[in-house]
Amino acid sequence: MTDTYLELVNGGLTGTLAKKLGLPRPAPLRRYRAGEPLLVGPVLVLGKGADADAVAAQLAGPWDLDVHRHAHDARYAALVLVLTEVTHPDDLAAPVLEAAATLRSLARGARVVTLSRPATDEDAPAVAAARQGVDGLLRSLAKELRGGATGNGLVLADGVGVDAPSVLGGLRFLLSTRSAFVDGQLLAVDTDGGSLPDDWDRPLAGRVAVVTGAARGIGEAIAETLARDGATVVAVDVPAAGDHLAAVANRVRGTALQLDVTADDAGERILEHALQRHGRLDVVVHNAGITRDKLLANMTPEKWDPVLAVNVAAQLRINEALLTSGDFTDAPRIVSLASTSGIAGNRGQTNYAASKGGVIGMVRATAPLLEAFGGTANAVAPGFIETEMTARIPAVTRQVARRLNSLQQGGQPVDVAEAVAFLASPAAGGIRGRVLRVCGQNMVGQ
Amino acid sequence: MAPSPSPRKSSTSGGAPAPTARRALVLGGNRIPFARSGGAYAHASNQDMLTAALDGLVARYGLQGERIGEVAAGAVLKHSRDFNLTREVVLGSALSATTPAYDLQQACATGLESVVSLANKIRLGQLDSAIAGGVDTTSDAPIAVSDRLRRALLDLSRAKTVGQRLAAASRIRPKDLAPATPRTSEPRTGLSMGEHQALTTAEWGITREAQDEVALRSHQRLAAAYDAGFFDDLVTPYRGLARDANLRPDTSLEKLAQLKPTFGLGLDVPATMTAGNSTPLTDGASTVLLGSDEWAAEHRLTPLAVVVDAEAGAVDFVYGEDGLLMAPVYAVPRLLARHGLTLADFDYVEIHEAFASTVLTTLAAWESDTFGKERLGLDGAFGTVDVDRLNVHGSSLAAGHPFAATGGRIVATISKELHLRQQRDGGTPRALVSVCAAGGLGLTAILEAA
Repeated sequence: MTDTYLELVNGGLTGTLAKKLGLPRPAPLRRYRAGEPLLVGPVLVLGKGADADAVAAQLAGPWDLDVHRHAHDARYAALVLVLTEVTHPDDLAAPVLEAAATLRSLARGARVVTLSRPATDEDAPAVAAARQGVDGLLRSLAKELRGGATGNGLVLADGVGVDAPSVLGGLRFLLSTRSAFVDGQLLAVDTDGGSLPDDWDRPLAGRVAVVTGAARGIGEAIAETLARDGATVVAVDVPAAGDHLAAVANRVRGTALQLDVTADDAGERILEHALQRHGRLDVVVHNAGITRDKLLANMTPEKWDPVLAVNVAAQLRINEALLTSGDFTDAPRIVSLASTSGIAGNRGQTNYAASKGGVIGMVRATAPLLEAFGGTANAVAPGFIETEMTARIPAVTRQVARRLNSLQQGGQPVDVAEAVAFLASPAAGGIRGRVLRVCGQNMVGQ
Repeated sequence: MAPSPSPRKSSTSGGAPAPTARRALVLGGNRIPFARSGGAYAHASNQDMLTAALDGLVARYGLQGERIGEVAAGAVLKHSRDFNLTREVVLGSALSATTPAYDLQQACATGLESVVSLANKIRLGQLDSAIAGGVDTTSDAPIAVSDRLRRALLDLSRAKTVGQRLAAASRIRPKDLAPATPRTSEPRTGLSMGEHQALTTAEWGITREAQDEVALRSHQRLAAAYDAGFFDDLVTPYRGLARDANLRPDTSLEKLAQLKPTFGLGLDVPATMTAGNSTPLTDGASTVLLGSDEWAAEHRLTPLAVVVDAEAGAVDFVYGEDGLLMAPVYAVPRLLARHGLTLADFDYVEIHEAFASTVLTTLAAWESDTFGKERLGLDGAFGTVDVDRLNVHGSSLAAGHPFAATGGRIVATISKELHLRQQRDGGTPRALVSVCAAGGLGLTAILEAA
C-alpha cells in the first residue's frame, strides 16, 4: 500500500517544508531489478590484513567493482569494513575514522558492511572486546545513515574464511538492492558450507521450491522472487484461497497445490506433488501464518490453538515428513517466517509471539539435522511490512509503526522475499539456524 | 478409413495413425464452484467463468505457455457475440495463444460430448493432449429482441434512401420492443423440462419420498466429499465461493418434505417434484485435461482414467412413448452390449441428477422385466444399480447444474475416484456415466481406472 507521508516529504514544496520543520524524511528505497549491476559507484574496502586484501581482490576481480583501499574524494556506493583481524579495541580507530570521513558524501542507498568475528568465551579479553565492539559500532552507525543507506554486518565464525560461499553470498546480498530493508543486522556465518551459484542472477536455477501461504502478500512475493531467481515454484495455500493461488502459480509458471498445511499428511502431499510433477524438492519456505490477537487475560482456545497449529506445529510436522523421506537430501533449504514479535514481544500477541518464537527455536534445532545433506534451516523475521494485514491497523498507529525504524518507513513484501531467496540459495549453506531480520532496524528487540 | 498412403508428415508426435486406437486418458480436472442463478456469479459472463476454470487447470498442472492439442467447450445458453467462445477463452488464459479451440453444443450433454470427441481424436492419434470444457450462466443469459423488431432493424440497416429508412422504422410497434428471453422449454412441445419429467415420474409411479431420499443423499455425499478434501484438487474458488452454493449439508428429509411441488401440478396424480428434488438454475464452468500416455509421461502427469467408449441416444418424446429424459435408458444397454458388460460389471454409476426422478425412472426402467423385453429387446430386466455405487460423491441435485459444465464435473470427479479406488484396492475399477439432455438426447460413456 502507498505510504503517503513518504511521498509528501520527498515531494517538491512539501519536501522543502518537511526539511525546514525538521520532520523525519524517509528516503524511497531502491529495489532489485533482475540483471542490474551489483553496485553503481566505487567501493571503499577498509581494514588491514590478509582478509581485507582478499575481500578487496574479490570485489575488484570476479565482481568487477571499482575498489578503493583508501578514502578519496568520491561518492561511495559502499563501504566494506573488514575487521576480522582486530585484536584490541584500539584497532578499530583507524578503519572506523577513515570511514567516518566518507559518510557525508555517500551515494543514495549506499551500503556499509562490516566483516567481523564473534566474541567468544575462549577469546582473550582484548580480542573479545574488539570483536564485540564491532557489534555496537555497526548498530549505531546504521542508525546514523540517511538517504536509504543501510549498515549491516557479517559475523564469521572462527575458521570460516572471507572467501567462504556464505560470506561471499552474504556480502553480495548486503551490498545489493536485494537487502533494501535489511538494516542494523549482524548475520552469522557458521561454516564454510554452501556453494557459489554459476549465475548470481539465477542462483536457484534447477531448484524446486515450495512456498506455503503463496496466494497473496509476502508469500506471493516470495513465489515471484524465487521464480525470478530461477526456481520452479510449487505455490501452496488453503483451498479457499485457490483463485489467488492459481493466479500466482500461472504468473510464476509453477504449479498450484491447494492444501491446508495443518493436515496430518501435508508434508507427504507436498513432497508427492513436488516429486511427481517436478522430479525433486530442494527448498521449503514456511510462510503460511495467521494472527488472532487478544490480550492473554482474554485468551481462548479458539484464539490460541489455530495460531500455534498453523504458525509452528504445521512446520514441525512438514519438516519431520521431509527429513524422514530420504528425498530432501540435495543441499536442502528450509526457510521459515518468524516475526519481530517473536523476538521482542508484542502486546496482544502472546499466541503469535509464542508461535514465532517457536519457529526461531525450531530452525536452530533443525539446521543440524540437515547438515549431513549440505542443507540448512533459517528464519526471516519481518518487521513492519506493507501488506493487507498491516493495512488493517488503525491509521495513526500504522503511521507511528512505520516510522519506528532507522529507515523510517514500512518494508515491502519483496524485501522479505529477497531475504528468503538469499537464505534459500546455494550460497547460504554456511548459515545455520539463524534469524535474519528484515525490519529497517526496528527500535524494538535486537 | 484406411491410413493415407501419402508420406505427408503428421503434426502429432505420435507419427502415423496406429493400427489400433491408443488410450485416451483423463489426467485431471478443474471447475469453479457452481453458483445458484443470480448469486455469486450474477455478473460473470460465460467467458469469465470458463477462463477461470481453465486458468485454474493450467495452474494445477503447470501448463502455462503450453500449446495444448485442442480445447473444446461449449455453452447451452450463449450470446451471439460468443460465436468463438472457447478460442476467446484460450486467448485470455495462461495457455499458449497457439492452442486451437472449437465450440460445440449438445444441450446438457455438451460437457461430456466435448470429453468424448476430444478423447476420440487422441485415440486416433490426431491429438496428444486436449482440454474439454463446458460453461453456462442463466444469470448472464442472452436476451434477444423480438423477431419483428429484429427484421425491422435489419431492413433499416440495408435501407439506402430516406424513404426506405422511414418505411422500415415505421413498422416497429411498441410491443416489438419487449425483449425475448431465452426459455428452457422444449420448442416442439412448449413444455418445460420439469413438466416433461413430471409426466415420466407419474408414468413410473415414482414417490415423493424416494425422490427426496435421492436429493438428501446427494447433499450428504457432496458435503462429505468436500469435508474430506476430495475436491481440493478438482475445484478452484471463484468470486468468493469456495463450495457449490446450492449445497445444503444440513438438509433433511423433514426439510425436503416441507417444500411445495413445482412441477406436474396439472396432472391427475399428486405432484411430487419440488425445488428440493429438482436441480436449480445454476452458473458455473468445468474443464477436464485429457492426453495420451506419452504426453502424460512427458508432462509427469498421473493418468487417472481411460475414456473407453461412449454411446449417444435419443428418444421420440414428441410422438413416441418415451419421456424427454429417457434416452440414456436405451443408450447404455447398447454401449454395454458392445463391450459384453452388464450393470453388475461397474464399480461406479454416475447418473446426472437433472431431477431426482430422472435417476429413479432410469433405474426403474432398467429394473423392469416388461421394459427390458418390450422396449430394450432383452430377455428381461436390464439390471440394477444399488445406491452404494450410484453418484458416490453426490451429483447435480447438490452441486447444481450449469448445463454444459455438468459433464466435466462428473468426468473429473469419477476419474479421480477410479484412480483412488485402484490405488486402494488394485484391479481396474470401471465407471458408467450417463447424462440426459434436452431434445430427448442422452450421452453415456464408460471410464476405467488408467
